[in-house]
Amino acid sequence: MTATISPKRTHESPSIRTNVRGYAERVRGGDMGALPAVFGIVVLCTIFAILRPAFLTNGNFANLFTQGAAVTVIAMGLVFVLLLGEIDLSAGFASGVCAAVLAIMLSNQGLPWYVAVGAAILTGVVIGTTLGSIVAKLGIPSFVVTLAAFLAFQGLVLLLVQGGTIIAIRDETILAIANKNLPPVLGWILLAVGVAAYAGLQLLRARKRAARSLTFDPISLIAIRVAALALLGGLAVYFLNLERSRNAAVVSLAGVPIVVPIIVVLLVVLTFVLRRTAFGRHLYAVGGNAEAARRAGINVDRMKISAFVICSSMAAVGGIMAASRASSVDPNTGGSNVLLYAVGAAVIGGTSLFGGKGRVLDAVLGGAVVAIIENGMGLMGYSAGIKFMVTGSVLLLAAMVDALSRKRAAATGLR
Amino acid sequence: MTPVLELRGIDKSFGPVQVLHDVDFSVHLGEVTALVGDNGAGKSTLVKCVGGIYPIDSGDYLFDGKAVQVHSPRDAGALGIEIVYQDLALCDNLDIVQNMFLGREQKRGLVLDEDTMEEMAARTLESLSVRTVKSIRQLVASLSGGQRQTVAIAKAVLWNGKVVILDEPTAALGVAQTAQVLELVRRLADQGLAVVLISHNMNDVFAVSDRIATLYLGRMAAQVKTSDVTHAQVVELITSGRSGDLGLTNGVTV
Repeated sequence: MTATISPKRTHESPSIRTNVRGYAERVRGGDMGALPAVFGIVVLCTIFAILRPAFLTNGNFANLFTQGAAVTVIAMGLVFVLLLGEIDLSAGFASGVCAAVLAIMLSNQGLPWYVAVGAAILTGVVIGTTLGSIVAKLGIPSFVVTLAAFLAFQGLVLLLVQGGTIIAIRDETILAIANKNLPPVLGWILLAVGVAAYAGLQLLRARKRAARSLTFDPISLIAIRVAALALLGGLAVYFLNLERSRNAAVVSLAGVPIVVPIIVVLLVVLTFVLRRTAFGRHLYAVGGNAEAARRAGINVDRMKISAFVICSSMAAVGGIMAASRASSVDPNTGGSNVLLYAVGAAVIGGTSLFGGKGRVLDAVLGGAVVAIIENGMGLMGYSAGIKFMVTGSVLLLAAMVDALSRKRAAATGLR
Repeated sequence: MTPVLELRGIDKSFGPVQVLHDVDFSVHLGEVTALVGDNGAGKSTLVKCVGGIYPIDSGDYLFDGKAVQVHSPRDAGALGIEIVYQDLALCDNLDIVQNMFLGREQKRGLVLDEDTMEEMAARTLESLSVRTVKSIRQLVASLSGGQRQTVAIAKAVLWNGKVVILDEPTAALGVAQTAQVLELVRRLADQGLAVVLISHNMNDVFAVSDRIATLYLGRMAAQVKTSDVTHAQVVELITSGRSGDLGLTNGVTV
């Protein structure tokens, strides 16, 4: 009781060394964060690159993004529900329903794309409100509610597309989302703006905190972060800007796929919501200790409903991307493995199934892992059966990492 | 000196069972009032009536000498009454600052004002001379029982509460941590707050309290100055409702 340390209000900021040591301590203590997902990406890429050189081509690199986009976006929404310790098994078919609404509006009604997109997202909002209200107000476990919705929406998609016809999408704007690229110059400009904004915000934050003599990140650490972002982004933009058309004279295929900036914007906005607003803070609180949150005056029911609304709305966005990529909507849009891939992506990325822990970035990293597996296994010529089994194993592995790191965290008193 | 919080003739029943009979209870600024009694004596019910969780059936609720109506925990909070329950109600996955401001976050526009919250939390912990936490950005999951109790108390006094009610704060703590928390309880009172300490541990009660209020089967057996009674007398009051001249005669207040 006497040998205690005073609260850290040192005026000098912690050095990089303390930061690195703190990070190492957290990892050893069971807080793995994004580490398993990043590790998975590196290992998978290496294996596939050695076994199938085609994996490393520019064309395939661009494919990864358009392939993984829908699952990643649905996973981003799922993170909000998972944060509360709930689950939404219907997100896949919810995306199918929203995609069907989009297709009907565009192709059957001939409405402009923005009306169709609005209607699709509104459908997502309605679905989320309904599911969330049932879970929150009636107290039925979300697993059961969304399992029922999973079945019902599967039927709803069938009804909407009238028993299995395929609705083709011909709207240029919608098709562009997953099939067109940014002009190469615009890719560079967006990257430069993004990196500059990131650097500016980090520096501003450090300066503000320094002025109030709170601990702040050292300039060198900020420089490393900004440089890493610029390097990774730069490499991605460079490779995506290379010509990947077999016959460039006929049709040129170069530039960052349009889904990439969309995903980045969603990532930034949703991360802001989770990290910098009271709403996000309350989501974590409800996931960590719902009773404590209730006593703190947080409306737990409303938080649950909003999480489901966000999840289903993101599913709608994912459905739009899927429809754009396939240029059509059929009864299987958002079906089969989409939901499991999305849950898998969130969990592989490090979001806990037990609630209270997770980031939107997890969904992106996990989505990348899932996309790489699907893409690589396809190139290897394996059947769908093998693909499913491998993805299943990876998901189980991720859940194990989560469970084990939790045990370890409990032992070391971290989380 | 008028008590900051005074209850007069409180009755409270749950259906046919009357839990509180004509209870008088007063709490003074700058003092620690220990609330003791056997299991089922009505301590928790009394505290929940004070906190606005249970409505009182009859009796007067005076705050600063004025009669007030407390219908909800929010009303109690508005008066400056904060209750720290035994289970503390902290979120393990949030850090100390985030827990202290939970539900009352400081904002600038839409954005959380982390810097201000961090400063206010640090100032509060400093004013309580809390030196046991390494960093206020530590997750609560990594804190010991005593540190958690400290955070919960700091959360209660952060908003300039006048009356802080602690429900068995030392029940789950070891010797050293108990001493830490008791020291903090004493410091709160010395800073001018009114502290109500619910405890079963007579050592704790005699170590920090200025007054002792003893409940016996839903009646206030006696409210006395700690310096006027002995350990044995308080135990007698708790177990039988009377001790010599003190306490109830035939189960009725003298």
